[in-house]
Amino acid sequence: MINRLTEHRGLDSFDIRYVALIVAILGIGVLSIYSVTHGHQSGTAPYYLKQLIWIGLGVAAFLVMWASDYHHLARFAYPAYAVILLMLIFVLFEGRTSKGAQRWIALGPLNFQPSEFAKLVLILVLAHYYSKAPRVGWLQRVIVPGLLVLPGLLLILKQPDLGSGLSFVAVYAAMLLMVGVRSQALGFILLFSIMLFPFAWEGVWGSLHDYQRQRIMAFVDPGYDPAGKGYHALQSKIAIGSGELLGKGLYGGTQSQLRFLPEGHTDFVFAVFAEEWGFLGVLVLLTLFVALMWLSLEIASKAKDQLGALLAVGIVAMLCFCVVINIGMTAGMFPIVGIPLPLVSYGGSATIMTMASLGLLLNVKRKRLSLFY
Amino acid sequence: MVTGHSSESEFGDLHRRLFILRVGLLLVVALLGLRLWHLQIHEGPYYRDLSENNRTRLVLLEPARGLIYDRHGVLLANNVPSFSLYVMLEDVKDREFLIQQLTDLLGLDPALVRKKMTAKGSKLIPRKIKDRMTLRDATLVESHRLDMPGVMIQVESQRNYPGGVTAAHLLGYVGEISADQLEKPEFLDLHQGSIVGQYGVEKSYDRHMRGMAGQKSVEVDALGHEKKASVVERPQAGNDLYLTIDVRLQKVAEDLLGEEQGAIVALDPNSGDILAMASRPGFDPNVLSRELTTKQWVEIVQDEGRPLNNRASQGQYPPGSTFKIPMAVAALETKTMSPSSTVFCNGGYQFGKRLYHDWKASGHGYVDLHNALVHSCDVYFYTIGQRMGIDVMAEFGKDFGLGKATGVELPSERSGIMPSTAWKQKAKNEQWLPGETISAAIGQGYVTVTPLQMASLVGTVANDGVNYRPRLVQAVMDRTSGNLQELPAVPRGKINAKPETFRVIKDALADVVTKGTATKAKSSVVTIGGKTGTAQVAALRTGPEENIPKKFRDHAWFVAFAPVESPKIAVAVLAEHMGHGGATAAPLAKEVIETYMKLTPQIPAVTSDLSRGNQAGRSVKDS
Repeated sequence: MINRLTEHRGLDSFDIRYVALIVAILGIGVLSIYSVTHGHQSGTAPYYLKQLIWIGLGVAAFLVMWASDYHHLARFAYPAYAVILLMLIFVLFEGRTSKGAQRWIALGPLNFQPSEFAKLVLILVLAHYYSKAPRVGWLQRVIVPGLLVLPGLLLILKQPDLGSGLSFVAVYAAMLLMVGVRSQALGFILLFSIMLFPFAWEGVWGSLHDYQRQRIMAFVDPGYDPAGKGYHALQSKIAIGSGELLGKGLYGGTQSQLRFLPEGHTDFVFAVFAEEWGFLGVLVLLTLFVALMWLSLEIASKAKDQLGALLAVGIVAMLCFCVVINIGMTAGMFPIVGIPLPLVSYGGSATIMTMASLGLLLNVKRKRLSLFY
Repeated sequence: MVTGHSSESEFGDLHRRLFILRVGLLLVVALLGLRLWHLQIHEGPYYRDLSENNRTRLVLLEPARGLIYDRHGVLLANNVPSFSLYVMLEDVKDREFLIQQLTDLLGLDPALVRKKMTAKGSKLIPRKIKDRMTLRDATLVESHRLDMPGVMIQVESQRNYPGGVTAAHLLGYVGEISADQLEKPEFLDLHQGSIVGQYGVEKSYDRHMRGMAGQKSVEVDALGHEKKASVVERPQAGNDLYLTIDVRLQKVAEDLLGEEQGAIVALDPNSGDILAMASRPGFDPNVLSRELTTKQWVEIVQDEGRPLNNRASQGQYPPGSTFKIPMAVAALETKTMSPSSTVFCNGGYQFGKRLYHDWKASGHGYVDLHNALVHSCDVYFYTIGQRMGIDVMAEFGKDFGLGKATGVELPSERSGIMPSTAWKQKAKNEQWLPGETISAAIGQGYVTVTPLQMASLVGTVANDGVNYRPRLVQAVMDRTSGNLQELPAVPRGKINAKPETFRVIKDALADVVTKGTATKAKSSVVTIGGKTGTAQVAALRTGPEENIPKKFRDHAWFVAFAPVESPKIAVAVLAEHMGHGGATAAPLAKEVIETYMKLTPQIPAVTSDLSRGNQAGRSVKDS
């Protein structure tokens, strides 16, 4: 293994750009978490410190994924999926409940959220499935992988975790699109309907009466916004909007500092950032995300085999989906589903999983440059 | 394995699709950017205005605390609206000027107001400056509120005890949750400023009565005044309690004690229901449920009469001659004595070098068990105590519930002491001395009991050994379901003794009243059985009772039950420093029993009237 590693080129300028983007986004996250939670906590370790610890663990996950060989990893896809499914079943019965949903497994002092890791494992499973043999026909291309996705999806929806469930569907759709279905248009429609969901949603959603919305929301995700009065959504919109062009400055966000905005360090961290740094800050963050996605797609297009390309596309699709949905929901474009902003929101499982995924992406790129062996 | 299995053309196709994906990515992000531009640039000033002027806050809605009724539905505790003055420091421009204004307007102590305003804490949480304001003061503040930004009047729910001092020790009082309590798991869903029960059934049934807080979102303007509110989650009212006491009897018992210190407990031996439990001196729970100044608090705590002490369940006294009741049961059951066997009393009992006196210096002559109880002959009980030994006595005492808490639903109940050789070894690490058995036989020495234990004991005897746990709460009304849940009496088994034993003893206790030491308890209304007792406070006596300073005088006991034929009530009276039980305590017990017999037939019991009271429950308090 060590021999092999030394065969390859070390960090090149691409890697440095890639890592720099990740570090920049992580930095924005820690800063925003620090800004919104400083002074509010007593007793336990502050959130930003804990987030730094998660990032430390994430770096380790990143390096492990980067140094390994994705071909080996793919071979363990099915057993890993089986383990994740067992964990999801376990979580339903024994999991820790928070805000009405059972998503966590307590590991000593830590809470571990298997649905986050399920996303990465699902990408491995689908990429492995499609690249192992030529999959032809509707049955092999669409139905069988669909059946693979289904148990995980149902278990996650049962928690209920609508956000992770939607990510599952998005990953499946993106992979399907990439391997191509008989009517490619179908795939595009599927993907774009998910991506454009927020905009379409606003048209439909906006036309509903209050009580109708409440009923729908109560059905979809009962724990999140108990009254359905849109308190979170309104506060989040006020936070973002009041940031205007230049923002209110660090610690200056009244919405988040005065705790009008709930969940400021987790799902609504974007609103905190937008309030304090304004539209200019938002543009910087969006640019960083787009650049990261761009480089990731670069890796996908230059992957030397289909497995690598599919892995890369799956990971990009998952990250894109989370970024778009999270920002869309904080900006009041569509209903609130619990999806964190990758690399920015506070959270151990999500941070580690995202960094592991990015490590895997770089692994795909590294293998492209390696010699045949 | 390195190359994919799919055809080259398909793999090549990937690049075309990736291109489309990139275009899609840019498109979606551009739309996001557009939306954010719309929010932050186009509508930015509007939202900035909202964030500065129309701050929406989540405010807690305090639940209405459950009400308390007596056994016939007479209201004992409810909630009334009261006005409190709050200051939101964030909105205050000139603190000293505001203090000046408030002092001028309401006549408040400027130092106190300043202290409250400068106390540690967030500027965003309104601080309570004054509670229980008069309507006049509240209106005065409201009319000046534009000159005093940051000041607000809140209508709050204030616990109210219409009976004042009546049943204060049972009801207890409420108060703001303390820092220590907040740490405890049973108060997990509460917050700083929550009102919880701090004493009495308010404390022991707090979980039932406190209810659940709701939330509302409130828009406030730049001056901190509420503009628009919408309820997010309704508060859930707490459950109502129906106590076992009859408040009419309770009042009589308290009035009988008057200014004296002491306790009266009356219970129904057939269920353990406490009908009255008086303890004097008392306190006004209305005062204690308010915010007290340190001075007021110190005054109450340092009061020599210890008014916060519920003497009925927390006062521990030597039982004196009332202890002869379980002793008599023990003597018959262990066959130490037969009902007819006698002991000769010459006024004293020689043990070792010490002479143990009888209260009657001339002696009682030959006495059997009946006469020993009727005339309270000490020598008879010295003799049987000596024959049985302390450990046999302790066994019977414990059977009657002595030396352990009765388990009544009141906080900090005391257990008294039923000594034994093992107890002394453990508590004092000393050997039991034979002479101590002799003192214990007449309820002196180490033996201590609470009036509640004695009422339960005499009730058990009246009930031929069938024993119920004394209880204070007979039903809980669930406010959410509207169901009245009646709590069953709690049987605690039966004393293992022959019916004949109880018959002999009850006969003797009846004669105590008709011709013995408690003729002052003789009633024309009902037959009463009872036993007097005198608990020594100071061992050394010089001269007649009147010459001794009051605080060294003996405590007077009387325990009784009635009617003798089919007991309906058992009573224990303890009057501190009132001398001999027959003279002072017995008449009080008689009054309580006669009152109770006249009270029946009773007015209709517990009704489930949901609409009663509690308008104050809707009040609001900023968190």
